[in-house]
Amino acid sequence: MSGGSYYVPDQSRFPIFMAFSLFLLVMGASSTINNLDDPTNNSVYILYSGFACLFLTMFFWFRQVIKEHLAGLDSNQLKQSYVYGMAWFIFSEVMFFAAFFGALFYVRTLAVPWLAGEGEKGIGIAAIELWQGFESTWPVITTPDQGGGYVLAEKSMAWPGWDHALKWLPMWNTIVLLSSSVTVHFAHLALKNGDRRKFNNLLGVTVALALIFVGLQAAEYYEAYAHYGLTLNSGIYGSTFFMLTGFHGFHVMMGGFMLGIMLARSVFAGHFEDHDHFGFEAASWYWHFVDVVWVMLFLFVYIL
Amino acid sequence: MSAVIENHHDDHHHGPAKGITRWLYTTNHKDIGTLYLWFSFAMFLIGGAMAMVIRAELFQPGMQIVEPEFYNQMITLHGLIMIFGGVMPAFVGLANWLVPMQIGAPDMALPRMNNLSFWILPFAFFILLSSLFMEGGAPNFGWTFYAPLSTTYAPPSVTFFIFSVHIMGASSIMGSINVVVTIMNMRAPGVGLMKMPLFVWSWLITAYLLIAVMPVLAGAVTMMLMDIHFGTSFFNAAGGGDPVLFQHIFWFFGHPEVYIMILPAFGIVSHIIETFSRKQLFGYSSMVWAMLSIAILSFVVWAHHMFTVGLPLAAEIFFMWATMLIAVPTGVKVFNWVATMFRGSITFETPMLFAIAFVVLFTIGGLSGLMLAIVPADFQYHDTYFVVAHFHYVLVPGAIFSIMAAVYYWIPKWTGNMYDERLGKLHFWLSFIGVNVTFFPQHFIGLAGMPRRYPDYALQFADWNMVSSVGAFLFGFSQLLFLFIVVKTVMGGKKATDQVWEGAKGLEWSVASPAPYHTFSTPPKVD
Repeated sequence: MSGGSYYVPDQSRFPIFMAFSLFLLVMGASSTINNLDDPTNNSVYILYSGFACLFLTMFFWFRQVIKEHLAGLDSNQLKQSYVYGMAWFIFSEVMFFAAFFGALFYVRTLAVPWLAGEGEKGIGIAAIELWQGFESTWPVITTPDQGGGYVLAEKSMAWPGWDHALKWLPMWNTIVLLSSSVTVHFAHLALKNGDRRKFNNLLGVTVALALIFVGLQAAEYYEAYAHYGLTLNSGIYGSTFFMLTGFHGFHVMMGGFMLGIMLARSVFAGHFEDHDHFGFEAASWYWHFVDVVWVMLFLFVYIL
Repeated sequence: MSAVIENHHDDHHHGPAKGITRWLYTTNHKDIGTLYLWFSFAMFLIGGAMAMVIRAELFQPGMQIVEPEFYNQMITLHGLIMIFGGVMPAFVGLANWLVPMQIGAPDMALPRMNNLSFWILPFAFFILLSSLFMEGGAPNFGWTFYAPLSTTYAPPSVTFFIFSVHIMGASSIMGSINVVVTIMNMRAPGVGLMKMPLFVWSWLITAYLLIAVMPVLAGAVTMMLMDIHFGTSFFNAAGGGDPVLFQHIFWFFGHPEVYIMILPAFGIVSHIIETFSRKQLFGYSSMVWAMLSIAILSFVVWAHHMFTVGLPLAAEIFFMWATMLIAVPTGVKVFNWVATMFRGSITFETPMLFAIAFVVLFTIGGLSGLMLAIVPADFQYHDTYFVVAHFHYVLVPGAIFSIMAAVYYWIPKWTGNMYDERLGKLHFWLSFIGVNVTFFPQHFIGLAGMPRRYPDYALQFADWNMVSSVGAFLFGFSQLLFLFIVVKTVMGGKKATDQVWEGAKGLEWSVASPAPYHTFSTPPKVD
């Protein structure tokens, strides 16, 4: 709560342009996905134009916000609104991941054992011999229909034991991402202490680590598809594995992109002051959030 | 696109821009509130027209008017449009208009994002409605879109449905973040949390629920998309998934969602009953705590929608008791409203009539909900018209009556004109009679065993279905009168005073009628 001055922006074209971009984006995405087996269909261009419009609008919108900020038009109250807004946005992202983690826990602890005939509910399934020969394990690389409608994997991505730990990509991914959380934290400290060089360097390292993470993740996916036979189409283990790690990887890309923008702003435009750098701080919050999600993934998708 | 209006005195008369761009580019909370309200009115009429199709088909047993496939599309779109296009945007519109005025803020905290939240909606519903003209027709799996109806057996338009839900969700999340931030950060000095008007409290809690569950809905439709097009098996037992998983995720969203549609109504009704009883509201802090309890409990009761899918016994018992627990805070609220009216100097203007009808009829809906919460009883009631009667009682004379009450109550502040009281009362009585004639008989046919979501039914249900249809036509066509009253009030009418209602309290009544384009450019003084 502040006294004195209130902030009311003038009319803006950005919001409706952004809404229209989203419209193009989802229309394009829907018709592209519905016509995946039709190579003559060109609705993918609607999708591309949606992406292009979205990025352009966001670029100019953020540019406007930054300009207003640099012109000193933002009140302390508005800055506080951005802080709250970002915090609640991250909370909504937490709940998005919660849906997928919930699905993972449900299939691991309930659905798969029941399908294998365990427990009060499974007895019925076992009695009618619905999924004969299906056993409840996790990671479950087979399916109840024994690969009838699916292409079974040969191997899961789970913890291979201490002997192979060093060749195991998720371990390196964990090291990379946890270190990046540390570097972004010290970058923040450096900025607060007014050490611009150190800030730029550490933020640069963070962005580099983000890129390495995405690269390793891509390598892991290649490995899964090419050598393990583990795909989206190999039953519930593949479904949960790729959806959880995939959405996480996507969020790493977004977070890395944000941090990259912040780096560019600092290096090329000299933005951010020791007491005034919420743009960077918001991106770093997001980065820590992505990191925490990875720790959960590492535990529940890979290790346990 | 210059940036800012500071609080200089010459800006007080800064009015709206001219022409259509006023509405397209606006960042003004009142403009955006108006857009939301008109949008929701349009959706209410479209969704209502679909309800008329449904009731016309059910007027008699046998197939008369539509094909069964089309009937399924009607029930699906009716539900989706009324929930996501009618009730929710109406409450967001009211929040936009009222929250800044009630807490003494100049506008919403993030005005440009506010505009974005609104303008996503027309596009989202354009996509949803356009699916009616697509190959295979519109979504036909009911508003709850259970897998595998919505995955394996869905029409191709389900992809468009999924993406329109995605952007609707984005709109809701942004709108809710805006409301939360506005309330947390923009209150005038002196407006402490426990001094906030109850409508503001109700929206703070609602916004929190929305931010928590809309992403879960996004997750659910994403899993559907992957199952349909990319070979995953979240909802397919043959691949190790479970169709019941869909129901769990959906109702984890869905149950808080139904409270999202009733909590703001609690806030509205509290204001109206207080004003027209000319007394202070009974039990303010217990009202706040009741709403908080209801919101928290809403996260642990979802499986009461799924008692018949074969849950383990322990789960059924837990969800039964947790559900019944909700009756306690809800009862607190009902008793508080009654106690507020007790020995008050009540007058019965249209908003008050709607508010009283809300208390009575919402309680009926709540009690049938309590019946449904009982597991062994629910085995009988599940998916019958008893359920239809239950949720229409809480949503039509519940949520929608509260929205109508709010419109009558605040429209003098919005337009500066009084509505026509005689027409308002006529609208109330037609709606009141219509809604009861429509939905009360559905309790009977439900208990007698008529299942929901079928275009045809057995002969013994014929009489009550005909009664119900007659009531529905009465209710439906009465809403054209509502449209007429609103338009008439916007065009002109007796000038309203600033106070408007004798017993009205709160900051919004301290400003002129109609409320100036920018209300508080400096924080108002609040004792």
